[in-house]
Amino acid sequence: MSEDHPGVDAALVRDVVPEVVTALVRRGADFTEAEDAVQEALVRGLTAWEDDPPRDPKAWLVTVAWRCHLDAVRSDAARRTREERVEQEPAPGPALQRDDTLELFFRCAHPSLGPSAAVALTLRAVGGLTTRQIARAYLVPEATMAQRISRAKRTVAGRRLDEPGDLGTVLRVLYLVFSEGYAGDVDLATEAVRLTRRLAGLTDEPEVAGLLALVLLTHARRSARTDAEGRLVPLAEQDRSRWDEAMAAEGVAVLQRALAQDRLGEYQAQAAVAALHADARSTEETDWVQVVEWYDELVAITDSPVHRLARAVAVGEADGGPAGLAALVSLDPEMPRYAAVSAYLHERSDRPADAARLYREAAEAATRVDERDHLRRQAARLAGRGRPGDPG
Amino acid sequence: MAKYLFLKHYVGGPAPVNDVPMDRWTQEEVDAHIRFMDDFADRLRESGEFVDAQALSPDGMWVRFDGEGKPPVVDGPFAETKDLVAGWMVVDVDSRERAVELAGELSAAPAAGGRPLGEWLEVRPFLDDRPNGTTSA
Repeated sequence: MSEDHPGVDAALVRDVVPEVVTALVRRGADFTEAEDAVQEALVRGLTAWEDDPPRDPKAWLVTVAWRCHLDAVRSDAARRTREERVEQEPAPGPALQRDDTLELFFRCAHPSLGPSAAVALTLRAVGGLTTRQIARAYLVPEATMAQRISRAKRTVAGRRLDEPGDLGTVLRVLYLVFSEGYAGDVDLATEAVRLTRRLAGLTDEPEVAGLLALVLLTHARRSARTDAEGRLVPLAEQDRSRWDEAMAAEGVAVLQRALAQDRLGEYQAQAAVAALHADARSTEETDWVQVVEWYDELVAITDSPVHRLARAVAVGEADGGPAGLAALVSLDPEMPRYAAVSAYLHERSDRPADAARLYREAAEAATRVDERDHLRRQAARLAGRGRPGDPG
Repeated sequence: MAKYLFLKHYVGGPAPVNDVPMDRWTQEEVDAHIRFMDDFADRLRESGEFVDAQALSPDGMWVRFDGEGKPPVVDGPFAETKDLVAGWMVVDVDSRERAVELAGELSAAPAAGGRPLGEWLEVRPFLDDRPNGTTSA
């Protein structure tokens, strides 16, 4: 339930939003108009339903959104002379096809959009969030977010419905939402899990299942990833009894079905790594050799420096710190998190003074407050300035 | 999706290209400069990248804690302090490249003779302080 609107099951309402948008499109509204009308109906609904929730929120939204749409069209009918067409009682469109919602995913993450525009549009039109909720989640003024969404819609307005969508950009957008932080009353990671689950219900593509497995397996560890004071807890120190076993098990099952299709992709490979962690009771019991093998697959697919960096950590666990350091040589030391990884591998190579210096450098280069603070604590620990009771 | 701060300095940055102090500009030149700033902020609002813009008075003071039960110490301004921030703009953009592009445009605000000021803007990325979904050491 949303903190903003205690009378409404927000998740249930968000789930029906894409169907409401496509219902309006089927009745003849274009995407831009339909999406605006649904947003207006949604904002009205969230207020009106606090005292009097409807039995069927979807039917309520379709009715009110269509009325909003007619009002909007009428208000400039003189200019556009389209009244005759829209005044007709719409034919009850054919039963909704799941392809409609899939098309909506593709449109909102269209490759012509920048990441922030695609994320915002996806969260509104497919995710059913209000502009205000999205603005708060990304810490920008509501007017800015409204403009970002309008521009995004103008950009994709002319795209034909039958263009084949680019699944890769949809997955990137969902993963971007997942890995963003959360602020305001919306938990973006949870929203991303919900939307990825939705997408996985619309297509059998193994990479969609791969992303779903990855976000489930990652999300399952969330409550163990920070302590009571909000400090980051590294994987090796996490209390694994706090991992959400049911969610992790679901992730593993989803991944197994995806891998059975024998079309490996980057999300499946990353999910496989996450599944190996989920499978182990501690870092000592983790099958690091297999983790490295999955990273080899991942690097073969993406050739991404970020993935090579993650692989170096796994190599350090499997074959010792010096091997991990050797795996770093081809990478640019200026890249994000390089210093942090290098620090860790130096520590594993019994070079604490170098490690302490590198942790300090890494803290300077961090892009997040929690990471910076974590790295500062690591540097202080190696310099013998740990807190009482801390290991090391 | 990263926030950047553009800091304008009264004093402390390297000299601008068009290095005529504002108190020697004509009224029209001042007006044109201010109009450019307003229009620039409006364009960012329209592009969905605007977060905040504020100007600061040059009159400031230095304040520090001075022990339990004692009022804070107020001092300054210190003549030896070289840096004086005039104001800032905060943008939320897709990339570092976009932040640099926007700062470059902002630096071109018209100044004396209607020519671009070419002032140096300090561009600083924000650290994200929201808890996030995937951070793992």
